[in-house]
Amino acid sequence: MSDFLPTGIELSYLAAASLFILGLKKLGSPATARRGNLLAAIGMLIAIVATLLNQQVLNYEMILVSILLGSIIGTFMAQKVEMTDMPQMVGLLNGLGGAASALVAIGEFWHSLGAPEALPVDSLMTTILGVLIGGITLTGSLVAFAKLQGLISGTPMTFPFQQPFNIALVVIFLAGSGYLLASPGNVPIFLGLVSISLLLGVLFVIPIGGADMPVVVSLLNSYSGLAASAAGFILMNNMLIISGALVGASGLILTDIMCKAMNRSLTNVLFSAFGKGATAG
Amino acid sequence: MADELIVGLVVFVLASFVGFEVINKVPPTLHTPLMSGSNAISGIAVVGALLVAGAREWNLTVILGLIAVVLATINVVGGFLVTDRMLQMFKKKESRG
Repeated sequence: MSDFLPTGIELSYLAAASLFILGLKKLGSPATARRGNLLAAIGMLIAIVATLLNQQVLNYEMILVSILLGSIIGTFMAQKVEMTDMPQMVGLLNGLGGAASALVAIGEFWHSLGAPEALPVDSLMTTILGVLIGGITLTGSLVAFAKLQGLISGTPMTFPFQQPFNIALVVIFLAGSGYLLASPGNVPIFLGLVSISLLLGVLFVIPIGGADMPVVVSLLNSYSGLAASAAGFILMNNMLIISGALVGASGLILTDIMCKAMNRSLTNVLFSAFGKGATAG
Repeated sequence: MADELIVGLVVFVLASFVGFEVINKVPPTLHTPLMSGSNAISGIAVVGALLVAGAREWNLTVILGLIAVVLATINVVGGFLVTDRMLQMFKKKESRG
């Protein structure tokens, strides 16, 4: 009996992953798109119910309250939003998903601090990756949302030495990660890595013009899939790894298709502000 | 641990290929709904959040996990509902025209 439940959970995950694949496939064609969305939603429901049966999950009251709260807010937002505001809505929701993945990574790091044995190197690496991708997805999506919503100017924002500054940040991030791998449990370094990830998300999106934001949202959607996958590697959960990889890959293809529809390349969308800056200056 | 990691990598790479293959020739009108639908699927992070929030004790990990559950649920529920609203609109337009 004790072996029965985990097997059942894994099989439910397999069913959910299959429904996601079918759903994505059907979403690509006008006649079946709505059914595809429904199939994916059913898959999600199966995955959530299966996870709640996991023996690790004991905190039912608080979890159900959280799910209820999230569902109410999500429903309210989905009903309230204007049809013309859809791209920024997707951007905002995507940012929340990225934040969730980053919080999972941070939570696992904190959990490991209290454990007697230190976190193994491979788990620590996936944790850092989860924080990086999740953090970039969160702040990048929020900036994209703010640009599309008109909360901040849609014009590309650049400042002198922006590219070298970004590269320096990435180098600092890599150095910090190396240091953390050498001495796991260093909280200030870990928090520094979290901050750099959040900053990189902002810096990644501000030089891109408002009109290109839908492409950016699509790319960040691909990232949030990868962030979920990273969380899957941290927790060694196949459901997360599979769905994250699915969204990561299909999101990348969709981003490419969207760029082609505008007769542009992805690099052109992401870095054109710098090209202009260089020719102007 | 290393074995688990390899299995995870195999699953990841194969699932990525499925993700690449499953999307092709999407008509432009479906770009945003497809993006929105796959965004809702990336809310699968809720599974990770549930596992992290699962312990029956109060500590920072559980609190972070619970916040993650709320955020990921907003992503899932909002994502699927928004996608459905968009697709509903397409249907109306088509039948009118």
